[in-house]
Amino acid sequence: MTPLFIAQIGLTLFVFFMLLNSAAVMVYVERKVAALLQQRLGPYLVGYKGVLQPLADVVKLMFKEELRPKAADAFLFALAPIISATCAFAAFAVVPFGAATTLFGLLDQPMRLQVADVNVAILVVFAISSMSVYGIVLAGWSSNSKYSLLGGLRSSAQMISYELSYALALASVLLLGNSLSLVEVVDQQAGTWLGFVPRWFVFLQPVGFVIYMLAGIAETNRAPFDFPEAEQELVAGYHTEYSSMSFAMFFLAEYINMVTVSAVAADLYLGGWHGPFLPESWGWIWFLIKVGAILFFYVWMRWTLPRYRYDQLMAFGWKVLLPLAVVNLLVTAAGVLYFQ
Amino acid sequence: MIVFYAFAAVAIGASLLVIAQRNPIYSVLLLIASFGALSGLYVMLDAPFVAVIQIVVYAGAIMVLFLFVVMLLNAPQEDTDMDERRPLPVHKGAMKFGGLLAAALAGELVWALTRSSDPGAFSGGATDSVAAIGRSLFTDYAFAFEVTSVLILVAMLGAVVLAHRDRRSRASRAAVGPVGNVLPQKP
Repeated sequence: MTPLFIAQIGLTLFVFFMLLNSAAVMVYVERKVAALLQQRLGPYLVGYKGVLQPLADVVKLMFKEELRPKAADAFLFALAPIISATCAFAAFAVVPFGAATTLFGLLDQPMRLQVADVNVAILVVFAISSMSVYGIVLAGWSSNSKYSLLGGLRSSAQMISYELSYALALASVLLLGNSLSLVEVVDQQAGTWLGFVPRWFVFLQPVGFVIYMLAGIAETNRAPFDFPEAEQELVAGYHTEYSSMSFAMFFLAEYINMVTVSAVAADLYLGGWHGPFLPESWGWIWFLIKVGAILFFYVWMRWTLPRYRYDQLMAFGWKVLLPLAVVNLLVTAAGVLYFQ
Repeated sequence: MIVFYAFAAVAIGASLLVIAQRNPIYSVLLLIASFGALSGLYVMLDAPFVAVIQIVVYAGAIMVLFLFVVMLLNAPQEDTDMDERRPLPVHKGAMKFGGLLAAALAGELVWALTRSSDPGAFSGGATDSVAAIGRSLFTDYAFAFEVTSVLILVAMLGAVVLAHRDRRSRASRAAVGPVGNVLPQKP
């Protein structure tokens, strides 16, 4: 039991706890921002300006009755929310969120602020996000309800379509970074061009960044791409039949997936923990600011844009986003070859 | 070693259950479990890239399509019309051909297993880095790589042709008009 080992365990628990909290914070932020955009007050009764509202929601969900349709497939019905939540937590494990630190001199050697340092981290994020579709699909199928089934089918079609663009956008970045490790990609973005422009990949990959963000919204099933749960057509989509804590797990998974997509975007395109004014060891503050900005953008999008039509979503994914992503990858590859 | 046997047991057990299952959805899920166990074995062989690609391609993409199709067909049970106790109808030619294929597979397995008893015999180079895998794919195994890509291209073309023919025949049927002659008929 070296101090480093204990620190690693502490870090893992810390990340787990912070992800849980981030979902609660995001619920509050989402409701407040939605209220602001719609000129309402939003939650304001529980605690100061309603900050304890997520806590009240959790308590309410815990005391609800756990329902299961009679004709549902009991095993898969119970398994689906577990898959969703597990994948959401697991994906963040490979995301670095700060430079190596000694925790103010407590450790004799620096420790990376990352739960698992995998040298193919980008692919691991992608693999886990492609596994999370099973949670939704199985929830839709096992509920034995037509709304759930339609939601599950839509989500599998949507995720397969947008995964391709997502992967090609990632591939462009790893061509630039010349590595599959997120830490190395982030470290390549340190410093500035001409003394004032930060060397972030978003300036080299503006198209890739847009593709990544759009595909990320589709992957996390957020509006304007929230077809798996389109309320007006499908009641609540894949989680129509879920109640109580198993519903809460889907809810949790959605928000944690948002945080993960934002964190990966910050690492890949916005320079991760590198930024001006702050020393390297305080870089995690920059990281938090960047992730927060992207998350705000997500919420802003949701309450500004109406939902697409389903055929528009498919046409956009296959006929616009995918060709654009392929061209972007080819141009990036040519550029990397030319300038090397 | 214990980890190896655990992964191997999961892989074999899940694969056996895939064909022993009546419910196709469970078969698909067990196949995913088997792929996951294989991926674990790749990690133990110091090939994390192959392991992750296994998950991305097979478990993440191909099996989602399988699940999609099974759900669309909505076949919860592999229902057979005949009584379970009656022997299955036997097709002589198919039996012979299947037996031949099974014998060929068994022979190949025996040949492969007896041939490379030394685990160090594989000299394919490093599998741990992406660059090494890419280099050996495009140099030593270029022929196999290209042949595989041609195979996939043929499959893609086949799918396009099949889908296209379906649409054209539907269009011609619509032009004739199944219910009433909506469209003007050509003389």
